[in-house]
Formats: sequence, C-alpha cells, structure tokens
Amino acid sequence: MATLTATPDRVGLPGLLRHRAVGKLALLAVAAAVLVPLADAHWASGSWPQALTVDLSKPLTGVSDWIIDNRDSHPLFLYFFGYISNAVVLSVRAVYLVLLAAGWAGVTAAAGLLAWRVAGVRLALGTAAALLACGLLGMWVPTMQTLALMVVAVLVSVVLGVLLGLAAGLSDRTFRALRPVLDTMQVLPAFAYLLPVVLVFGIGVPAAVLATVVYAAPPMARLTALGLRGADHEVLEAVESLGTTARQRLFTARLPLARRELLLGLNQTIMMALSMAVIASVIGAGGLGDRVYQALASVDVGAALAAGLPIVLLAVVLDRVTGAAGEGLRPGGRAGWAYAAAATVAVAVAARLAGGLDWPGSWTVQIAEPVNRAVDWMTAHLYSGVPYVGGTADWAGHFTTWILDPLRAGLQWLPWWSVLLVVAALAWLIGTWRTALTAVLAMAATGVLGVWKPSLDTLSQVLAAVAVTLVLGVATGIAAARSDRFERLLRPVLDVFQTMPQFVYLIPVVALFGVGRAPAAVAAVVYALPAVVRITTQGLRQVDPAALESARSLGASSVQQLRQVQLPLARPALLLAVNQGVVLVLAVVIIGGLVGGGALGYDVVFGLAQGDLATGLVAGAAIVCLGLMLDRVTQPTERRAQKGA
Amino acid sequence: MPRTRTKIITALAVLGLTTGCGAADMTKQASPFANAQGARTVTLSVQSWVGAQANVAVAQYLLQHKLGYRVDTVQVDEIPAWDALSQGRVDAILEDWGHPDQEKRYVEDKKTIARAGGLGVTGHIGWYVPSYLVRQHPDITDWKNLDKYANLFRTAESGGKGQLMDGSPSYVTNDKALVENLKLDYQVIFAGSEAAQITQIRQFAKEHKPFLTYWYAPQWLFKKVPMTEVRLPPYKEGCDADPAKVACAYPHTPLQKYLNADFDRSGGKAARFLKKFHWTTEDQNQVALMIADQKLTPEQAAKKWVDGHASTWKSWLS
Repeated sequence: MATLTATPDRVGLPGLLRHRAVGKLALLAVAAAVLVPLADAHWASGSWPQALTVDLSKPLTGVSDWIIDNRDSHPLFLYFFGYISNAVVLSVRAVYLVLLAAGWAGVTAAAGLLAWRVAGVRLALGTAAALLACGLLGMWVPTMQTLALMVVAVLVSVVLGVLLGLAAGLSDRTFRALRPVLDTMQVLPAFAYLLPVVLVFGIGVPAAVLATVVYAAPPMARLTALGLRGADHEVLEAVESLGTTARQRLFTARLPLARRELLLGLNQTIMMALSMAVIASVIGAGGLGDRVYQALASVDVGAALAAGLPIVLLAVVLDRVTGAAGEGLRPGGRAGWAYAAAATVAVAVAARLAGGLDWPGSWTVQIAEPVNRAVDWMTAHLYSGVPYVGGTADWAGHFTTWILDPLRAGLQWLPWWSVLLVVAALAWLIGTWRTALTAVLAMAATGVLGVWKPSLDTLSQVLAAVAVTLVLGVATGIAAARSDRFERLLRPVLDVFQTMPQFVYLIPVVALFGVGRAPAAVAAVVYALPAVVRITTQGLRQVDPAALESARSLGASSVQQLRQVQLPLARPALLLAVNQGVVLVLAVVIIGGLVGGGALGYDVVFGLAQGDLATGLVAGAAIVCLGLMLDRVTQPTERRAQKGA
Repeated sequence: MPRTRTKIITALAVLGLTTGCGAADMTKQASPFANAQGARTVTLSVQSWVGAQANVAVAQYLLQHKLGYRVDTVQVDEIPAWDALSQGRVDAILEDWGHPDQEKRYVEDKKTIARAGGLGVTGHIGWYVPSYLVRQHPDITDWKNLDKYANLFRTAESGGKGQLMDGSPSYVTNDKALVENLKLDYQVIFAGSEAAQITQIRQFAKEHKPFLTYWYAPQWLFKKVPMTEVRLPPYKEGCDADPAKVACAYPHTPLQKYLNADFDRSGGKAARFLKKFHWTTEDQNQVALMIADQKLTPEQAAKKWVDGHASTWKSWLS
C-alpha cells in the first residue's frame, strides 16, 4: 500500500483534512496503547493466537456428508433445491434445443438482425462475423452450450437484479441494507462463489448456473437501484401532479428515466456472467469453458486459445451491442422487428431444408498448431540465458526471493495485532470509522477461521502484484492519455486481455516463469493491467483543460504539467485504479492456486478437487474476508458519494 | 433407455412445477446437453490427466463411429466425479485410482454406482528423478540418500530445503506426511495442476537441471523425459491406513472402471461396450503421447489408434 500512503503527501491535502488524519491516527494510537498490552498479555504476540480460532472443519464435513447422504430423500432437497435444479436443467436444455434447431445459419442471422435493430449495421456485421468465427474455430457446439447457459444465467440474474433493485430503489431502508452487501459482492473473487453451490447442488450445470447468477446479479441490482433513485425529482413531481398512481409512475416515468443505468447493469451482468462461464467449468459447466479447461490439462495453449477466442468474441460483441443499445433505439419501430424476425425464420428454414444445421466439419481452421509453435519458440528463447537481462525464469526467481519472500516473511513476522492496526489506520485514513471497523473485523475473521498464515501469504502476493500493476499501468495510462494514436492501438489489446479467460494464460505463464507464486503474480498483473490503464487514461483525460492551459501559459514543462496539475487533479481516478487493481489482482492470485501460488487459492482448488468442502469453504470464506478488507482499505470515500459504477 | 428416463423426468418436473407438489429428486438429473435432438448420448467423465483423456478419446470414437452414439465429455476431478456419477450427470468413469471411501458410500451403501471391471492398466505413484541425474549420482535413487542431495533441489519456492514437486491437489498423495515421517530435508511444493507440473518438468529437463517430483506411471511424459523412481520404504498392505503416519511407498493399483447404476442396467450397447473396454498400458501411452506431445486432437489420436488395432477393439463391440 506504499503508493496509497504516499499520495496524500505528494498532493498536499488541505490543512483541515490533514488535521483530521492526524486526529484519527492519534485516536487510533491511544486505542492501541490501551488494547495492545491487554491483548499481548492475554494471548501473546506473533502469529494469530490459537485460543482465538474456531475450528470449522468438523461441522462443515458433517454438513457436507449429511447433504450427500440425504440429497435423494430429505424433503428440503426433494421439494426445494430439487425444483431449482430441475428448472435450471430444463431451461438450459430448452434454450440449447432452440439454438440447435435454428442451426448455425439461423443463430447467426438472428444475432446479426438483433444487433442491427438495437445497434446499427456495423455492429450487426461484427456480430455475425464473430459467430461465424466461433464456427470456423471448430467450436460451434460448445459455443451454443455456453450460450444456452449464459442466456439462462443472464435472464435469471436480470430478473433477480431488477427485483432487488426495485426494492432498494423504492425503499430507503432496503437500500441502506442492500447497498453494502451488493458493493461487497461485486469485489469478491469468482472462485469463492463456487464452493457453497457445489455443496448443495453437486457438480454440474445447475451449480454452474447458480454460481454465475450469484456472481452476475449484484451489478444489475445495484444499478437499477441507483437509476431509480437518481431520477430527476422535478419530472417525478410533474408526473405525480397529473394524478398518477404509484405503479403508473414507476412504469411511465421512473423506469424509463433509469434506462441508461438499466442497460449499463445489463451490460455488466453479461460481462460478469461470461467471465464466470470459464471459471465455472471447474464445477462442470461444460461448453467453451470446459474445452479451455481440458486443453490446459494437456498443456495445449493453442487449443485453449481456440476455445478462449469465442469467449472473447462473444464478450466484445455483447459489450458493444448492449453499450450501443444504451445510446438509443434505431428508428423503424415494430415493422423493423417484424422484418428481422421473418428474415431469421426464413434463414433457419432454408438452412434446415438444405440439411445444414450442424456446422460443416470441413469449414474449420486449426489455429492450435501455429499458436503452440509460437509459444514453444517463446519459452525456448526467453526462459533463461538471454544475454544481459537474464531469462524470464531468472526474473521469476529474483522476484520470489527478493520481493515475495521478504514480504511474506515480514507480514507473517508482524505480531497479529499490529497487522490489524495497520489495516485500521489505512482504512480510516481513506474512509470512515465504519469502513475501518469492517476492514479490521474482516482481517480478524481470517485469523478466527484458522487461516491467518495462508491469508497473509495470499496478501503478500496481492501486494507485490498490485505494486507491479500500478507502476506499469499508470505509466502506460499516462502514455495513452498523451497520445491519441497510442490509445487507439492499445484499445483492442486491452479489450482482449480484459475478456480473455484467465485460464488461457496460466500455462504460457508457467512455461515462462516456472511453477510457484511468481507466475500467479504475473498472471494477476496481466489481468489487472487493462482496467488500471483504462481508468488512469480516462482520469487524466478528464482533467479540466482550462487548468492545463493556465499551467502551460505559466511556462510549465510537460513533465511539470503532468506532475503538478494532471496527476493531482486525477487523484480520484487514480485511487479508483488502485481499488480496481487490488480487486482484480486478488481474483487472479486465487486462481494462481492452479499454478503453484499456494496459500488460500490452493486450499480452494484442493477443496473442490478432493471434495473436501470443509477446507475449501474455510479458504473461500477467508478469501471473502480478504477481499472485503482490501476493498475497504483502498476504497476512497468519494466512491460512496459517486453515482454509478 | 436414458431418453425415456429424461422424458419421464421432464414430464414429472413440468407436472411438479405447475402443480406445486410432488418431489423433485435432483440426484436423478442428466446433463441438459444430453440426448439433444433424439440422439442417444453417453456422457463420459474425463479426468485432468492425459491417460484418462486417451481412454475417453478411444471410447468416444468407437461409440460415435461404430455404435452411433453421441458422446459428451465433462472434465471433473476425481472425487467430485464420483458424486456426479452417482447422480447420473456422467454415465461412466473409465479410470479410477482407488477411492475406498467413495466405493463404500456409493457402490456398497447407496448402490447408485456399479463396478464395470478393470481397465487393464496398472497404475503406480512414486517419487521420480530425471535419469540424467541418476547417471551423475547413482545412489540418489535411495530415499536414505536424498538428504545428501537436498541442496541440488533447492528453488526459490522451497527456500533452504530441497523441493519435492507435487502436482494437482486432486491426485492421491501422501507426500507431506512422507517427508515429515521420513524426516527429510525437503519441502513439498504443489504445482497446483498437472499442466503446470508437466510444463515445469519439461523446462527443467531442457536445461538438464536436477528435480525431484511426485509422478505416476503409466504416463506419456516418461517417453519425453526419462525418469527413474526413488526407492521409498517398501509398501506393505495397510501401511498407508493412517494418512498422518504413512512412511512407505505407494501401492501398485489396477485401475478400475465404474458406471452409473441406472446406466449400467439400461444403457444398452453403450454400457456393454464400456464394460468390455480393456486395453494395455502401451496402448494407452501410445494414444496419450499423440494427444499431449504431437498435439493431435483426441479424436485424431483415437482414429489413428483404432485404425491400427482392430483386433483389440472388435472384441469390445461384440
């Protein structure tokens, strides 16, 4: 968190704020002076005291066994979970059958025409091309399976999200209760959601869909609530004065006014569901994610990429189309929709008559081999013995011995109460006493769960990776903000890296950096960079041109402008970048358990793989706590006041 | 027939959902992707290692091209696969390395899983060092000498100790207990997945660096990176009963096949075929090597093997 603590000094906070910061710290110091000796005398320093842990493995194992033994007989399962599970299976199956019945031509036509109606001709062509590319890569059937799963998951997420959002948007009390929960759910790593659903539903599509829903519904709920609450009061009063009922007001004024937020929510929900599609393959989602996962087992980066690219294409297309839909509907009205529907049916029937429902086997392009050759070449030439700079393996070794090891040793050496104190100080300086309390309690919870050491291990990886991400990301962001051409070049690269399933680059990362914590950190950096770059660029570009102009007229050099005007003014954006960076890095450091990252990520993988849900759930809970703590420690107070994402 | 089963379940579920009563047993649900468009579908569990992929590739190829089935494959780890098998979300596991707890629970108590005979391949887990290292230090293959060479195996991750590399957390392993009980100056590092472990082994081998790894036979990697097993204290029946006190080598396990009990009864030709599926270690390695090293798709590899071994698989179809 070095960057964070350094920011206030460089920026030069107003006197009042600084006073408040000093006051907070003094108060904390007094509290510490009283409490620390007490705690120290009671439980001793060093690692988390044994007396303060609760061993959950026995009861959790008991619950897990009970569920397996009673799943086919207990009423709770027969009359409740069974139906949920059935409903998911049936609806996914129904969508899948419709997609298969439409055939590849029908699906492509339908998607293209839909995109044309909501987003215009260019995106329609792009959509059709993307779907055809999925077929060309030989991934038509898996793509349809993933699509079927996604359609159901997104629909359920949206319905659930809108309902929750309506409740929160119309009632202040619900809003206050839901807001922190939703905010928090958005920052938690997807991996942590897998275990509880597996516990109840077992491996398979129902579990995958439900995990996706839990992961993807919060943004919809959050943005619906914000949209409803953000509606212009004067308009509402005007509508009210017309003597409308509450229901009429909701449907004729409040919801239409919240349209932008609703569509933004839909967009985010789709994106999150897609990113979950791959991670859920660990619990049997099938489809594209499963292909990626299987390819990784045989260290086949090319095949993993062939299955990963359709996901990227789907994500980019859906992002652009829902984004464009937010700008406004095309003219043409109902007739346009009717034409589109008729054309779709015509194409589907034509394809059916021509006997071309399945993607023709000869129309595929094998990209696996050239990709693998490229990866082999890269690893052969970069791994070690590169003159002057050393190979990637050497870097990884140095990174581990010089940065990760001391950091982990340092964190684990610190007495437990001092870790809590640092967390409290950081969270309080940047937020309110409430955020500080949440952060401290979350951190303490990892100790209570009995995973203090692995949590600090994970934390050390997160801190190291975040530091690297911020240095690289902010530097790139500054470059992008200063050159339009560079930004244009960068944009597609960022798109791809942001949507590429993390699993795809885990293996090349191992080939380059070996097994251990270093490759996990590298994968995390790669994943988090795009967001950091993007936020930094945007923040710098939004700096008031007048301020820049006056600085220039005073004869400030461009470095001076950057340091003294742009960066300080972009401070909120930079803080948001830190926050996002931390959240994203944590998500991948956890997945790093698959490449030797150890710590909490490994425990979750172990729990899933061994069916030892006790270990996995405890680790999952600790990840949740860690995520909560990191978010609170890096979440600037401004974000609460801000509207939207 | 699985198809009628799905239909009945569908009908029941619709009935149940519309009337709001009746029981929905979620342990009897097939995958939503099964039996689409009237095709007879078999769902096979693929474990993450390539040997298992080879079994599935060949079984899938024969089921599709000789028996006219549609085959779905799902990658599931070993223990969750047992659960999925008992629920009918997959129909068969073709290679199991021995899970006594699960056998007792699902085969003997709940009777939701049926044994389907041996695969014909015998598996063995052990500690291995590369053969080029054995040529330099012939006595390294005895566990008693491992401490002497611990400094050779040091890495950034293992700190001051030697590194013993383990693979996926889903695999059967006693290594942590072994290191402790044999009082070795080693640290177990989990690669986290087999893919990561193989990648790391190949990088080590390319540079002829020393390494000590948890590994198992049959495995195609032996053809690419020759390795020699380190002798651990010999295995005796029951010496691995208490996981915390293990101080002996791993056993030799004849690998087993299992079917979902309903599928076993009503799976028709497919179930009969899977029960007869039986091949040798060489066969499996041949296919696995084609998949993992020559980067053939599982289907191409299976076709190649099937074309050359008609006498072997003909008897499975009868």
